[in-house]
Amino acid sequence: MAKRAAPEVNAGSMADIAFLLLIFFLVTTTIEKDSGINRKLPPIEESEEDVIIKQKNIFTVLLNKNDQLLVEDELMEIKDLKAAAVEFLDNNGDGSCDYCQGAKDPKSSDNPDKAIISLKNDGETSYSAYITVQNELVAAYNELRNRRALQIGPQRGFPEMDFVTMQKNYKNVQWVGNKEKLKTLIDQIKVEIPQKLSEVQN
Amino acid sequence: MSKFKKKKDGGLPPVNTASLPDIVFMLLFFFMVATVMREDTLMIQNSLPLANQVEKLDKKNPIAYIYMGKPAAGYEKYGKTARIQLNDKFARVEDVAAFIAAERAAMREELIPFLTVSLKVDRDAKMGIVGDVKQELRKVNALKINYTTGAGDALTNMQ
Repeated sequence: MAKRAAPEVNAGSMADIAFLLLIFFLVTTTIEKDSGINRKLPPIEESEEDVIIKQKNIFTVLLNKNDQLLVEDELMEIKDLKAAAVEFLDNNGDGSCDYCQGAKDPKSSDNPDKAIISLKNDGETSYSAYITVQNELVAAYNELRNRRALQIGPQRGFPEMDFVTMQKNYKNVQWVGNKEKLKTLIDQIKVEIPQKLSEVQN
Repeated sequence: MSKFKKKKDGGLPPVNTASLPDIVFMLLFFFMVATVMREDTLMIQNSLPLANQVEKLDKKNPIAYIYMGKPAAGYEKYGKTARIQLNDKFARVEDVAAFIAAERAAMREELIPFLTVSLKVDRDAKMGIVGDVKQELRKVNALKINYTTGAGDALTNMQ
């Protein structure tokens, strides 16, 4: 018996098969875009004790069914909301907050820890308007936190890093640096400028 | 004479396509890795609003998706107002609690406190239905929520 070498397999159609698969995955791919605004809902509490909060420490935002914005009983454009919220949070009325740069107006909030933003919306409010308002309020908090992070970051060994970058780095597995120190810094800023956003039930 | 002719008829040599499968495979692997299969078939309109203060939804923790929006084309018989979609079905507000319970039953026990509920709500939906769902989530103690949005300038939402 003469030995014959096995004939070579024709690989010419390999490209076709690969193309077929490629096109299938191209079509089924949805590029991931899952990101959003994280919120924590308040737990349903049984105890009915009323906490007394001074009127001046509450920043009321009202969104009506026509998506119009009423801030502290005045009509406002959505683009001015962030600046107004920053001004309110940063006011430092009782002078106890040494990192605030606000106007120290006695009629506005005492300090960032006491300042509460109250958001009320109507059942007919559109979701996009609601998200825009949420986004602007989060932006106001982030602006203050970024400023604070740039102030105290250099002393802790994290220069030129704002709060949002810090949080990103903390979550980033590839980031090299002292994560424990970063975590304490992030927590400190979160305590100094807490996000107190309350939503009114309707 | 024939000497010269022979040289000419060669013309351009054909391009070697032997590496074409390799290139295609490379692309194929990229898309295979980047692909996320759609988990649910959407029966509602779902164009998310934009926001710029977004955080990435942590995939390490379990996520339950709740969709809300107007019934899409082909599902007009379900009405014109925003509806809730859980998994592959239209649902009522009362079904949210059962849905969360089912999601919790399907996951490992130690992960249950980390369950995040992603609300994928159409930009034209009204807050009434979103508020109802939020209230229902509070009742079953699923408090971590995420308003899932696209990335972009939020101020363009309201035009």
